[in-house]
Amino acid sequence: MASDVEEWKDELYGTDIRAEIERFAEEGWESIPDDEQDAWFERFKWYGLYHQRAGQESYFMMRIGPPGGVLAPGQFRRIVEIADEFSRGPAENPVFGNGWIDVTTRQAIQLHWIRLEDVPEIFEQLEDVGLSTVQACGDSWRNIVGCPVAGKDKHEHVDADALATDLHDTFKKNEAHSNLPRKWKVSVTGCDEGCGQGDINDLAFEPAEKEIDGETVTGYNVRVGGGLSRNEPRLARDIDVFATPEQAVDVAGGISALFRDHGDREDRYNARIKFLVDEWGPEKLRETLQDDYVDFELETAGEDLREDYSYNAGDADGKHDHVGVHEQNDGNYYVGLNVLVGRIGVDEAYDLADAAEEHGSGEVRLTQRQNIIFTDVPEENLETLRSEPVLEHYSPDPHPFQRGSIACTGTEFCSLSIVETKNRQVRYARWLTQNVELPEGVEDFHIHLSGCTASCAQPQIADVSLRGMKTRKDGEPVEALDIGLGGGLGENPQFASWVTERVPADEVPGAIANLLENFAAERDDETQSFREFVLERDDEELADLVEPEETDYEDPYLHNTKRTWYPYAEDDDLDASPAPARADGTPIPSDD
Amino acid sequence: MTIAVRTLDDGAWISVNDSRQVSVSDVWTLSRGVFCDCEPAYVLLEGFFDVDVDGSVVAASTVGQCLECGTRDSIDRLPVGRMIDGKFSPYDPAGVQWLREPDAERDGESS
Ligand code: HEM
Ligand code: SF4
Ligand SMILES: [Zn+2]
Repeated sequence: MASDVEEWKDELYGTDIRAEIERFAEEGWESIPDDEQDAWFERFKWYGLYHQRAGQESYFMMRIGPPGGVLAPGQFRRIVEIADEFSRGPAENPVFGNGWIDVTTRQAIQLHWIRLEDVPEIFEQLEDVGLSTVQACGDSWRNIVGCPVAGKDKHEHVDADALATDLHDTFKKNEAHSNLPRKWKVSVTGCDEGCGQGDINDLAFEPAEKEIDGETVTGYNVRVGGGLSRNEPRLARDIDVFATPEQAVDVAGGISALFRDHGDREDRYNARIKFLVDEWGPEKLRETLQDDYVDFELETAGEDLREDYSYNAGDADGKHDHVGVHEQNDGNYYVGLNVLVGRIGVDEAYDLADAAEEHGSGEVRLTQRQNIIFTDVPEENLETLRSEPVLEHYSPDPHPFQRGSIACTGTEFCSLSIVETKNRQVRYARWLTQNVELPEGVEDFHIHLSGCTASCAQPQIADVSLRGMKTRKDGEPVEALDIGLGGGLGENPQFASWVTERVPADEVPGAIANLLENFAAERDDETQSFREFVLERDDEELADLVEPEETDYEDPYLHNTKRTWYPYAEDDDLDASPAPARADGTPIPSDD
Repeated sequence: MTIAVRTLDDGAWISVNDSRQVSVSDVWTLSRGVFCDCEPAYVLLEGFFDVDVDGSVVAASTVGQCLECGTRDSIDRLPVGRMIDGKFSPYDPAGVQWLREPDAERDGESS
């Protein structure tokens, strides 16, 4: 039997949802009939609106997806203005205040505490500068990710920005591809550093060369079926197809249509294409694509550049991210700024928008490491840009523990989460920076924290992977983390292996400190990277090196942040929740 | 009376009569033997993958992990609450729960 979600999508999905959102916005939150809420919330996701968790009813998360993370001049500022006006909650976050933007691991922006009544106005303001929330959530083409400096990068072999934009223009609001069995995540890489993270996407285009009719053509190899969620991580698999830049959109459309027709619509937990690739194998997928979904002869895979991939590759040298000052292909510079856990308060965001306009072209790009990049900065402006006060906090030269930190949304807003994430990761990064010496030669150290197995913070591709759990400590249930080690991308990507489970959250900084101390003492020499060190050892040996321990680190979120309406509210009890609320913020009394 | 039950948001919720009622990621206390050998077993539920109704009892199928011994397994039809006078009343995760015996299915009425 088809799931309820499939029935709702059959009834109404895609662009038809817009008029309904406008209608509900006009009539107010209370006009959504109680017995239709489940169906409408599911549909709203297609327009980038995700209903927040229990205790926060009537408030939405809104996601805005610029392809490849490229925000043209003016677009970043517009998002900040929208956050300033519409993204204010009924309580304050102690670290971030009230009003901010979140840069996500898929090069999107998330806003929280959005009122349905404000959505039409927000849509207008976004569209006015060419932005949109279309298909940012829901069962369709999500934001297309890729090299964040595509088109400007000295390492580029093929123009990933052009393809990401083509795919975006072709497959957003495209009726034939609007209703897929599940989310559809696409990545385009054009450089020899591998920074598109193709291996963890449903569909990946990766730079390659191929001899066709005696001529060397630059284009893309195609991989399918990567993803991290649900304890079932998969690397995208090589389907032995090379696509010229001209063919790439047709190949993408063919694979998306194949997924639409053959993906599992009975069982949402088996729906992602990674499971279809498991079942069919890459050969059958290629055959079906050739026979039924493209009308030209597919080329076999070309020569790829994976050998050179340095991004998050775990080598002791090489470029691992886009933070810092780097020369572009036109002689200007791009400047990557560190955004701890991806969150920027509204006031500082205005300062950043000013700085990007004053010293660069005003373009701001988003990276898959939750950071931002200013592009087109002339050499003579570098000095003055670096002296801007806002760059003290959003630094092009951050401490490795700040630079390597990624955290998902967590219990603050997400109903799947088991633990508090962003504020905790900020505290971890501070404590580690102040108390732990990195071993000689270690300049990159990635720590990713996800609140549950959905893995939005991509924990499995970090040096230290943290995943939300619970444990019992002194007889009380407390928030805890599983600790995994040795994940990363590069030529031979590797998922972290979960070596130590259920460590109370207040003992995690001590565990990382001890782990690094043991690594420094036991590594072969100072050129051995952490990832190499982990690869050489089995899980038991590694578990012995972790040694969780209480330190002077204090964790204010140990006790069940999930059972609150907002973990940081003065009275955080679910019964004290001001939600659901009307457009002006006054609570709506419940009828029981 | 028909009771509409479903899982929502990728297993984050059990919805009963179109209202989000039981949330995932809570710790449930289960009696010995039904999940692992711990007494009692404190089991963190990591995701609901199915739900149905047995008479007046709403039972969820889920994946969980024991916080003491680390056993990770699926649980078939864990009772998460019941209908009383047409209203859903959730069970307290901290109160000791036992799984339904298989023969309880005889009066089962799946939605
Ligand atoms: C309120 C609930 C949720 C919030 C706030 C949330 C937040 C996020 C964020 C910020 C990202 C990166 C951004 C992007 O897509 O642009 C992300 C990605 C992701 N989300 Fe979620 N998410 C939620 C629910 C879910 C659910 C229900 C699942 C799956 C069952 C899920 C699985 C993932 C995965 C696997 C990734 C990234 C890793 C990958 O690319 O495979 N998330 N989510
Ligand atoms: S990883 Fe889990 S907790 Fe974190 S945002 Fe994603 S779904 Fe929520
Ligand atoms: Zn046990």
